[in-house]
Amino acid sequence: MQSGIKAAGRDFSPSPKVDAVMAAERAASFTKRSIKSKSKLAGLKLALSMLDLTTLEGKDSPEKVRALCAKAVNPGAGQTDLPDGLPSVAAVCVYPNLVKHCRDSLESMGALGRVKIASVATGFPSGQYPLDVRLDDTRRAIHDGADEIDMVINRGAFLAGRYDEVADEIRAVKRTCLQEGVKADRHDGSGKGRPISLKVILETGELETLDNVRFASDLAIRAMQEAARDLEPDTIYAPLHGSNGAAELNGSSSRHLDTSASRHVASFDFIKTSTGKVTPAATMPVTLVMLEAVRDWYLETGFLVGVKPAGGIRTAKQSLHYLVMVKETLGALAGVNELHPGGWLTPELWRFGASALANDILRQISWLHSGKYRANYDVTEA
Amino acid sequence: MASSEGTNGHAAATANAKSDSNRISKLPASQTPGWEYSPAPETGKVTIKPSYGLFIDGKFAEPKGAKRFATINPSTEATLSEVVQASPADVNRAVVAARAALPKWAGLPASERAKFIFRIARRIQERGRELAIIETLDSGKPIKESRDVDIPLVAAHFFYNAGWADKLGFVFQGATSGAKSSGKKSGLPELAPGVRPVGVCGQVIPWNFPLLMAAWKIAPALACGNTVVLKPAETTPLTALVLAEIFEECELPPGVVNIVTGDGVTGRAIVEHPDVDKIAFTGSTEVGKIIAKSVASPRPDGKFKRLTLELGGKSPHIIFEDAAIDQAVEGIISGIYFNQGEVCCAGSRLFVQESILDTVVKKLEIRLASLRTGDPMDKNTDVGAVNSKEQLSRIEHYLKLGQTEGAELRMPGYSGEVSPDNTGSRHGLPSKGFWCRPCFFTGVQPSHTIAREEIFGPVLSVLSFRTPEEAVSRANNTPYGLAAGIWTEKGSKMLSIAKQIKSGVVWCNTYNKFDPASPFGGFKESGFGREGGVQGLKAYVEV
Repeated sequence: MQSGIKAAGRDFSPSPKVDAVMAAERAASFTKRSIKSKSKLAGLKLALSMLDLTTLEGKDSPEKVRALCAKAVNPGAGQTDLPDGLPSVAAVCVYPNLVKHCRDSLESMGALGRVKIASVATGFPSGQYPLDVRLDDTRRAIHDGADEIDMVINRGAFLAGRYDEVADEIRAVKRTCLQEGVKADRHDGSGKGRPISLKVILETGELETLDNVRFASDLAIRAMQEAARDLEPDTIYAPLHGSNGAAELNGSSSRHLDTSASRHVASFDFIKTSTGKVTPAATMPVTLVMLEAVRDWYLETGFLVGVKPAGGIRTAKQSLHYLVMVKETLGALAGVNELHPGGWLTPELWRFGASALANDILRQISWLHSGKYRANYDVTEA
Repeated sequence: MASSEGTNGHAAATANAKSDSNRISKLPASQTPGWEYSPAPETGKVTIKPSYGLFIDGKFAEPKGAKRFATINPSTEATLSEVVQASPADVNRAVVAARAALPKWAGLPASERAKFIFRIARRIQERGRELAIIETLDSGKPIKESRDVDIPLVAAHFFYNAGWADKLGFVFQGATSGAKSSGKKSGLPELAPGVRPVGVCGQVIPWNFPLLMAAWKIAPALACGNTVVLKPAETTPLTALVLAEIFEECELPPGVVNIVTGDGVTGRAIVEHPDVDKIAFTGSTEVGKIIAKSVASPRPDGKFKRLTLELGGKSPHIIFEDAAIDQAVEGIISGIYFNQGEVCCAGSRLFVQESILDTVVKKLEIRLASLRTGDPMDKNTDVGAVNSKEQLSRIEHYLKLGQTEGAELRMPGYSGEVSPDNTGSRHGLPSKGFWCRPCFFTGVQPSHTIAREEIFGPVLSVLSFRTPEEAVSRANNTPYGLAAGIWTEKGSKMLSIAKQIKSGVVWCNTYNKFDPASPFGGFKESGFGREGGVQGLKAYVEV
């Protein structure tokens, strides 16, 4: 695959350009939506269900991870002023060394598979390691029980214009996820073959420009999806390749969509903003540009790719702003609900990578439910 | 079959695919296919009096035997209040009051005049929420826009012009040769060496930005020591009347600003009044031409009235293939659907470079489907009600005509058949009130009426071009010349094209950006004279 266009010995980005001023203005417009009453509660519950509850510190202990898992499975435990039926979060996100503790902990609560285990890997957070070390990192995390791999791209290569190198590495990690997934045990004990989702962290704070963010998004999406196709050339990707996906989506008679296969997607690939170790982490303009990349990929190919902003999203209000952005950027695309009901407003295609967000959401929900604001010490720590 | 794992789990679960797909299709998250916004009405309380008099000589008063008419809420057709149809005799009283107030007002120390204007600006900010609500009720524009655009800009215009009041000497340097100028030119005191007020200004403004247009007119006039007789539009008089209350609160000297309500007859009385020194008009080209003719005859004292006109437009919006397309689409949206397209500088003719035409049309369709049309008082409404029944029928006339002439109407969000008889433009909207769904035409030819005449509604005409030269010639092929937009990531192209477009404003990689420091006005049939900026002061001084 050609990641960029070769000219004068250098790779150039074939991606659409982004106007930073107007992108920021558009992103700010989402924060002006007024989300009240029913829609606020529904939005907060939704945001809670989309959370990758995260701890990524050098001092993380097995005990801390167990607390994180308990919180993930039942975020409102110990609080009496919350409505029934609060969801579990989508996943816990930890360092590879702690994956097995997550696995044990979730298994003991009977939540294995329901709350996913995401592991950062591939030499997180810098990615400044040899490729074989990064692939081994990935392999071990999957072997220990991870459902999702959050990889970092090689920003050095990207910024130096060695785009093919970046894409090759993403493809290699994707292949590893697929191959290791085949060998891995299913969480329900029904045999081998666990779907592994890959999230590619672009570390947008280091890419600096929105043009770079857009191109890195396009490059990562293409590399992940083409690696999957190359490994399984006869399955889903193939019939659609080279045709206009959006056009086919409008006619339901398309071969591609008639296969029941594509209606039941186990796990989607993601692009993710940040490690959380670099400032700025997720911002709304950056995430908007990534959503646009995902939308254009869908319009071009008919395939769905998820998005995960991570780092810096601490308040319930911010999470609603992001959901508004998702709804208004990707909510009106024809054919998406047929492929995946709810589209990007589901945990399968949208995540928040955050640690403090869960409790702010819980405090807001308890306020909506009981009319009282909870103090910080009233909500449980993860 | 491995494909059950969908997009990217391809190889992972070759074994047991069937049971897996069953399990996964039951994921609870998939049960939330929609997340809708609850109604978010602006709930601020405002007082609108059942009737308003005329604001003449610092007092609200109802002339004896006055005729009245109702002003309605265009989103519900409910009557909001009644206002006076000012007669020529009422207009005369207003002009007399303005004339009487002139010497003293013009003779105030400039910094004192500035204080009044600053005070007005602050009071507008303080009463901003109330003004935004009344503006939305009376005009149909979304509260989001009156709150975030109209009213803040109104205050900004007063602040900006207040700052100039005592600095006019810097603006109009070199107005004297150094010899002491005589004080006899207009009988009015000098604001700065060789610079005097024009006198009594008659100002007639439109209904699309009711209070903002009042600010554009009144603020520079006051800063330059003039007095004013202003007529708000027939359908949107209320915020101008609240502004009159603010003048009272700020103790602006009586007669400095007089506000008379009424229809075209009242406007005509202002334009033809022999003791008015200057006419400023914003509105249709049709009326502008009538005013220009009237003003072409000198007054009985042999002097000519001064005139500035800010009229219609059919502004070109040019998208080159090297543009940032997603942001350009935002610019297109803001260019034509802002304020229901009832904007004189609306980017109503879209020129897209051939190679990206399909992409832009597709993205425009997707983006349009996310626009929220409805109750203007809902804080999440993007497109509100059309200002009047008359305006709605004008828009609907063009929706039909465009199709009859061969263009294709696209009405995203409307799933039914579209034909000249059934455009779908009121689909899903209340039966009361004046509504038009945002839409656009493709396959438009430059000769089509919808590509030549101003529609003044949420209707875009999409055309294409192949080369930059063709873009320029098509863009300039219009009797209007108010505004234009250019989208390209290539700076040299942007500058070269901007210079070739004959319009008062050219926005590059943005659209509908307004600032009191930036002059605004037209070429050709879009009028003459500039409002805003240093240039906007010129119309209000004799140099």
